[in-house]
Amino acid sequence: MNSESCRTIWTIAKRELVGYFNSPVAYVFIVIFLLLNGFFTFMLGNYFLRGEANLNAFLMWHPWLYLFLVPAAGMRLWSEERRVGTLELLLTMPIAAWQAIVGKFLACWAFIGMALLLTFPVVITTSYLGDPDLGAMISGYVGSFLLAGAYLAVTVMTSAMTRNQVISFILSVVICFFLILAGWEPVTDLMVRWAPDWLVSTVASFSVMPHFMQFQRGVIDLRDLLFFGSVITFCLFCTSVVLRGLRGA
Amino acid sequence: MITVENLVKDFGPKRAVNRVSFTVKKGEILGFLGPNGAGKSTTMRMITGFIPPTSGRVVVGGHDVNEDPIPAKRLIGYLPESAPCYSDMTVHGFLSFAAEIRGLHGSAKEEAVRKAVGLCFLESVLHQSVDTLSKGFRHRTCLAQSIIHDPEVLVLDEPTDGLDPNQKHEIRQLLKRFGQNKAIIFSTHILEEVDAVCSRAVIIDRGHVVANGTPAELRARHDLAGSVSLRVQGVGAEAVRDRLAGLGIAGKVTVSSEAGSVLARVLPRDRTISGDLARAVAELAGREGWRFDELKTEEGRLDEVFRTITQPDSRRPAE
Repeated sequence: MNSESCRTIWTIAKRELVGYFNSPVAYVFIVIFLLLNGFFTFMLGNYFLRGEANLNAFLMWHPWLYLFLVPAAGMRLWSEERRVGTLELLLTMPIAAWQAIVGKFLACWAFIGMALLLTFPVVITTSYLGDPDLGAMISGYVGSFLLAGAYLAVTVMTSAMTRNQVISFILSVVICFFLILAGWEPVTDLMVRWAPDWLVSTVASFSVMPHFMQFQRGVIDLRDLLFFGSVITFCLFCTSVVLRGLRGA
Repeated sequence: MITVENLVKDFGPKRAVNRVSFTVKKGEILGFLGPNGAGKSTTMRMITGFIPPTSGRVVVGGHDVNEDPIPAKRLIGYLPESAPCYSDMTVHGFLSFAAEIRGLHGSAKEEAVRKAVGLCFLESVLHQSVDTLSKGFRHRTCLAQSIIHDPEVLVLDEPTDGLDPNQKHEIRQLLKRFGQNKAIIFSTHILEEVDAVCSRAVIIDRGHVVANGTPAELRARHDLAGSVSLRVQGVGAEAVRDRLAGLGIAGKVTVSSEAGSVLARVLPRDRTISGDLARAVAELAGREGWRFDELKTEEGRLDEVFRTITQPDSRRPAE
């Protein structure tokens, strides 16, 4: 990737970020995200009763929290461009479609990352109350950020498929829900009875949960990085195919 | 600057654009006319590289838009039909974005934004959010975006749509000024715009180019183009007709009388010498001592030409 590509991606990402903060979307998202995080961690997660000096009570909710919040943050990325017609403007600019896709994705991912960083009080609290493993906390955050990236990539893809934000939201929630449940025992048990082993293990391998758990334990494994990296790459690639299809028809 | 060769676009079984070819040179303003749904916007979208053609090609400044899109797109400024803008930005922010994505940065960017804002009369709304703008301002904001990099090629889909008469006039003046050193294609429904602005016009109907020429050439295709009409008082209609028909260069003569005057229309026998016909009619009237209060040569009317060569839906033959 040359410097010109980087510059184009940065221009697009910057526009997207400015757009977030010029509308109430950003503030509503951050406030809701932090409130829900607090509620889940301290009330439902029984953070104080656990007596553990780690972030498990906090991180364990993220797959579920992101399930709704990430599609909400990303659903407009392409569907809005299609609805308003700015897609025509964007794709007749002297840029490659992938640059626009990556720029938009990175902008939204960085925005979610910002919201995630604002949960720092939970780190301070944990450090104050106990003697947590700093490495495990960092890897937990990295895992959570990658999980959000995977969900977001799915949302980017579904938002390119339709000009209706609601449909884009629902589609991405369903797909992300599948990514959570795929490896869950009740689901795999359901399949074990009739499906061949290879199918069961293929479906189970789509699950984000085991990979996310690794990060929570403080393990940053190349395989887990590759998993999230390939989910993101695949979904963004699909987005470019969808956009090309739109222009052809 | 722009070469369109045998452009074809199919949407499913429907052929929206069928073997369209034309060229636009630098310094030319091409008016793109046609009824709704004739394929104007589709053609423009193919020229700007938004949609790929089913077959045929578009070359802009030596670059094939489909094979080598980025250098071609650098040369083009495009105003899409609905004049879309990012509504969550200010006018200044939006134009800065357009300039940056065109590779303008720092002071060059500021200068380009300032210039485009001046040309499109946007000073008063510069720091206003796009979604609070009236339609005319939003339209001009999108137009400003298309000229921000001083492109060699401008493709404008209905640039005066939705503007009030003063704004229309301003945009036409702008187009004329740009037309001196750019290649411009713009589509319109408004026929007087063609006369006012274009150096050439292409009429497209159901995907086909049905006419391509200067506004004067198109007008000359009108049935009555080159005819001379004369209004005479105090002479019988028969006499007027006989005398006029006696002129060597006159073709068909029709007369009608109303309220004491006779209105005669003389078609030239040969259209290429219509200039002489008016003089001959005037001399005849002088010799005969007719009192006439109107004598004029019909230049042909674009709207009539447009109507005869493009058919409305109801009169289309079944395909």
